[in-house]
Amino acid sequence: MSLSLVVTGLAWQWILNPTIGIQRLVQDAGYPDFKFNWLVSPDHAILTVAFAAIWHGTGLIMILFLAGIKSVDPEIWKASWIDRIPAWRVYFNIILPQLRATLLTAVMLLGFQVVRSFDVVVALTDGGPGYASDVPARYVFEYFFERGRIGQGAAAAVVMVVTMIAIVLPYLYFEVRRREA
Amino acid sequence: MRRYTYRTALLYGALFVCALYFLSPLYVMLVASFKTLSEVRGSSIISLPEVWTIKPWIKAWSEACSGLECDGIRPYFIATFEIAIPAVAFSVLLGALNGYVMAKWRSRSADLIFTLLLVGSFVPLQLYLIPLAITLRELNIYGTTTGLILIHTVYGIPLTTMLFRNFYVSLPDELVRAAIMDGAGFFKIFFSVILPLSPAIAIVAVILVFSGIYNDFLFALTFGETGKRPIMAAVQNIVASSYGIKEYNVNIAAVMISALPTLLLFLLAGRFFVRGLTQGALKG
Repeated sequence: MSLSLVVTGLAWQWILNPTIGIQRLVQDAGYPDFKFNWLVSPDHAILTVAFAAIWHGTGLIMILFLAGIKSVDPEIWKASWIDRIPAWRVYFNIILPQLRATLLTAVMLLGFQVVRSFDVVVALTDGGPGYASDVPARYVFEYFFERGRIGQGAAAAVVMVVTMIAIVLPYLYFEVRRREA
Repeated sequence: MRRYTYRTALLYGALFVCALYFLSPLYVMLVASFKTLSEVRGSSIISLPEVWTIKPWIKAWSEACSGLECDGIRPYFIATFEIAIPAVAFSVLLGALNGYVMAKWRSRSADLIFTLLLVGSFVPLQLYLIPLAITLRELNIYGTTTGLILIHTVYGIPLTTMLFRNFYVSLPDELVRAAIMDGAGFFKIFFSVILPLSPAIAIVAVILVFSGIYNDFLFALTFGETGKRPIMAAVQNIVASSYGIKEYNVNIAAVMISALPTLLLFLLAGRFFVRGLTQGALKG
């Protein structure tokens, strides 16, 4: 999280780059037929974006959950140990429900980040090859500043807002229901 | 018992894969930035260098080309701090003041304004680009450092307000009432009672806002002054604009330099950051 998405994107772009990255390493190690060219393959380029974005986003979420888990009462462990409940059930049925707020926050934060992802795409693939990994944020930017078609860019930006509303509405619904209950 | 060891092995295996995934970029970047150019081109960037050299770092710092100018990333580095330091100071101070008002001087509209602030901060930044461009042009600060300071201050306020408000809500109201009894005024209470209680949350706010501004790319790209662009836009430009032979090692060193400030910040202050967060900044 401390690193910018630009740095993340550029770093993974080098690692995944077929001519100097992983593919080259394995080929040099004696497997000349090895192929790992997702970065430049239209079908897989968007997956590399996800790969880099996951790498970037996990740290913050880990801190969030660490803070959440620390606030869970440690007595629960003793109680569940006495009752001989397996550890994974304690996690799924007791601790996770208590972390509902954290979980929602995390989903919201990441959802927003995904909708407005721009830096990582520009740094990693720049929407390419072709338009295979283009995203709304990049589209808006391109229409604003490179093609000078501000109307269409603004319309696309509003579409992004609608997407975000679609993410936030269920959350607000939950919140309101919980407060009324 | 055997099942138990099998599970442990699986667990450590998974942890090892995760660690590899998270550490590999750092390792690759470090190794590659200390290689000579011929070695980078002659093998993969992942293997260890045969000759260690710090030339790429020096070149990235003071000679690498961004477009036609070849001053390295030093000017952009300095420009970024010129923007980030005042913007962090303003938005943290204003956010603290906002949070104080919203938490302790509750007016009927406080919750409404708070909700509006939150909603505003979730709108995609792209939507703001054109209005911001027009506003900056009318104020005559388009493409200047002042303009970027203004943008980042304004855009940092929702986040800092939220952090400080949620923190101040947990402080007992009696503090403020006692201070009023003692005859302290609005600002006196803020500076003598509330602010001295908030270093934990202030650290969180400073770290978040600083890294947000430092790592910002969209505004930097759009409103940055040519030749004094904030660092992320500059680095992206340096990497994208190498003509002829791509000097991977120099580019990688440039990216490493640009990543260092926030990396160091989190390494040095990360403990306070987590502590501040666990102390209830994110509750509610």
